[in-house]
Amino acid sequence: MHQATPLLELRGISKTFPGVKALDNVQLSLYPGRVTALIGENGAGKSTLVKTMTGIYQADAGEILFDDGSVHLSSPEDARALGVTAIHQETVLFDELSVTENIFAGHYLKKPKSGALDWKRMHERARQILLDIEAPIDPKTRLKQLSIGQRHMVAIARALSFDARVVILDEPTAALSHHEIEELYEIVERLKAQGCAIMFISHKFDEIFRIADYFTVFRDGQYIGQGGIEEVTEEELVRMMVGRTVDQVFPKLEVEIGDVVLSVKNLSHPTEFDNISFDLRRGEILGFYGLVGAGRTELMQALFGVSKQITGEIALKGKSLEVSSPAEAISEGIVYVPEERQAQGTILELPIFQNIGLPQLSTINSNGVLSTKAEYEVADRYATRLRVKAPNWHEKVENLSGGNQQKVVIAKWLATKPEVIILDEPTKGIDIGSKAAVHEFMSELVQEGLAVIMVSSELPEVMGMSDRIVVMHEGLSVAELNRSEFSAEAIVSAATGGGH
Amino acid sequence: MSARLRVGVTDMTNLLKNRETQLAAVILLMLVLIGFVNPDFIAPSNLLSVYTESSILIILALAQMLVVLTRCIDLSVAANVALTGMVVAMINSQYPDLALPAVIAAGILLGTLLGMINGLMVWKLGIPAIVVTLGTMSIYRGVVFLISNGEWVNAHEMSSSFINMPRTEIFGVQGFAIISVLIIAAVYIFTEKRPLGREMYAAGNSPTAAFYTGIDVGRTQFWAFTISGMLSGLCGYLWISRYAVAYVDVALGFELQVVAACVIGGVSIMGGIGTVLGCVLGALFLGVINNALPVIGISPFWQMAISGSVIVIAVIANSRAERKVGRIILRKATLARG
Repeated sequence: MHQATPLLELRGISKTFPGVKALDNVQLSLYPGRVTALIGENGAGKSTLVKTMTGIYQADAGEILFDDGSVHLSSPEDARALGVTAIHQETVLFDELSVTENIFAGHYLKKPKSGALDWKRMHERARQILLDIEAPIDPKTRLKQLSIGQRHMVAIARALSFDARVVILDEPTAALSHHEIEELYEIVERLKAQGCAIMFISHKFDEIFRIADYFTVFRDGQYIGQGGIEEVTEEELVRMMVGRTVDQVFPKLEVEIGDVVLSVKNLSHPTEFDNISFDLRRGEILGFYGLVGAGRTELMQALFGVSKQITGEIALKGKSLEVSSPAEAISEGIVYVPEERQAQGTILELPIFQNIGLPQLSTINSNGVLSTKAEYEVADRYATRLRVKAPNWHEKVENLSGGNQQKVVIAKWLATKPEVIILDEPTKGIDIGSKAAVHEFMSELVQEGLAVIMVSSELPEVMGMSDRIVVMHEGLSVAELNRSEFSAEAIVSAATGGGH
Repeated sequence: MSARLRVGVTDMTNLLKNRETQLAAVILLMLVLIGFVNPDFIAPSNLLSVYTESSILIILALAQMLVVLTRCIDLSVAANVALTGMVVAMINSQYPDLALPAVIAAGILLGTLLGMINGLMVWKLGIPAIVVTLGTMSIYRGVVFLISNGEWVNAHEMSSSFINMPRTEIFGVQGFAIISVLIIAAVYIFTEKRPLGREMYAAGNSPTAAFYTGIDVGRTQFWAFTISGMLSGLCGYLWISRYAVAYVDVALGFELQVVAACVIGGVSIMGGIGTVLGCVLGALFLGVINNALPVIGISPFWQMAISGSVIVIAVIANSRAERKVGRIILRKATLARG
């Protein structure tokens, strides 16, 4: 099957952290000029493997072969010297520094004699690399002035500033718009043509089937299998990933739609969105689809009282509403589960039960004295219902997996007994198993008479779960579709500004 | 042609929005106002002496800037000045024949070691810088008492070269001012042209990103503290020769002025942001206030209140400047609709 010899080969790699065997005797081969997709649920050991390959972690056992020779990567510099470079999941760059400096930080070009930094040469080289990847960015701009997509291009330019031979792309498309993803594919093609060995990590099967040549599957830190991508189907990959078949990723239940709960009219914000109107009914899941930067999150934050400069009308159950703070929104029965779980959704250092009790400390502790017992009981009720996987509710949230953190956030808001629950990218970055649980749970919520708004950038999810979809483009609501009118073409074309 | 003109205009607006320009304008405005009350104050010779008076503050503020850039703070600078100052004064009084460069070198060496102690505790033990330096601040000052038995070293016990070197004038400019200018140049080159200097910005701007780029954040912090200690050691000598007396309470509380100069100069206490020019202007701003208030007949007690208010205003101005500019995604959309 593989005629070529691998450029980078991992054999029998194991890595143990206190209490967890993150990698257990895994193998992986990357071939020059080929893309290998590394597939696995969250917690499968992909990130640990990336860190082992880039010299951030050192394996406890096993061998790394590069160009058929055994190598030892004891630091990021070692990996870099071999030409192994990674573009990480969360783009890690420096906001306050120039594009050039972001590209060359840690491996600055110096003047040969004095050892002083050679800015002229660095700017020149940065301009050249950016030109090569067709990213028209001035290398002297400060990073904070760039859009998310442009930042990603800078991250890629950084990876290319090394003489890259092995390029690891760790969920590179998560934050990119449609157009930018296409550009990324082109860059991958170019890297392939140059003979780079590429490892591609993604949760999106359409991407994997589009750009990968080979696949390797991990599950729970173990190697499961590998092969050519055209020899496998999506179902087979899913089965290998989860060890079982997930018959229905989006188990949407039929729920009777009731009266209008939330009515929004001509809602506008000076810079983020304009003239948005929609109704949300009891028992309904209303999907909001759009590209990154379409203004969906900003709209939801406005409903939750985060943004203050809004005009227009919001009515809850026929009663006009003015929310000027999240506390007010919560007491009116609107809750918002943010996209950035770690930053906005949970307090990582606190135990699960305190996180769940947090929004309603005064209700739980009615006499003004904190009662750990009462708090624990409330938490127990909701955490059990959401099937949070943890030894007990005293566990700190930071020790949970992404999917379970998400469940804690939802449990927290659910405990406030809301009317409307807004879920912003509820399954972003979590594994298929947790995803199905979150979806199943959304169906249960609406069955109980709640109204749900779901912001999602994943087309299958938004089409699978929603009763209606509002499509946003550059701050405007450009389409509203009922379930019978759903089609991927219509939704994407509206979201990308087509059809006008 | 018109394109070039437009570029010029943007450069101009950027310059006006620039913190350093604003701060320089405020300083100029202050000088003009003070000049109305007391024209002598703004005579060139007096301005030079105001700068000379501010030399030590400028050097320590630059040292502090490096530390603050890496998301740390060095509260032990003033205690370091007191300790190294006492040691060089005692060496000089005990061995008056020892060559001055050797005495100064001893002070710088000791200061560097004191800085390294801070740096090692932050780097290797992972203790927050504010805790480490709060501790060493008391320890270093305690040591001054121990080695001196609480006694003073007075001017008559010091050699004349020890006291006079920084006062020596070259083309009418005192040694204090010349040394500070050299340090400004050195720190500028360090932050702009040396990898370690740039790594301090990177480490403070985003420690995570720095880690992933292979920059050892703790190491940059260690070196920032080391340089801070080194410059404090130099200032220990300068301070003692300036006031011609060494005692336990030398430079007591001066670390606050130093941190204030940084903050006023636009150095972000959150790390990663700050320029040599801004920092120097911040120090000069305080220098002008400190020197002008007595001249225009304002009680020194007002000095602290005024410095304090200025710090608060500077912090507010900084946080507004750092606030994210709203993305104007609507502009295109509304145009398209029209």
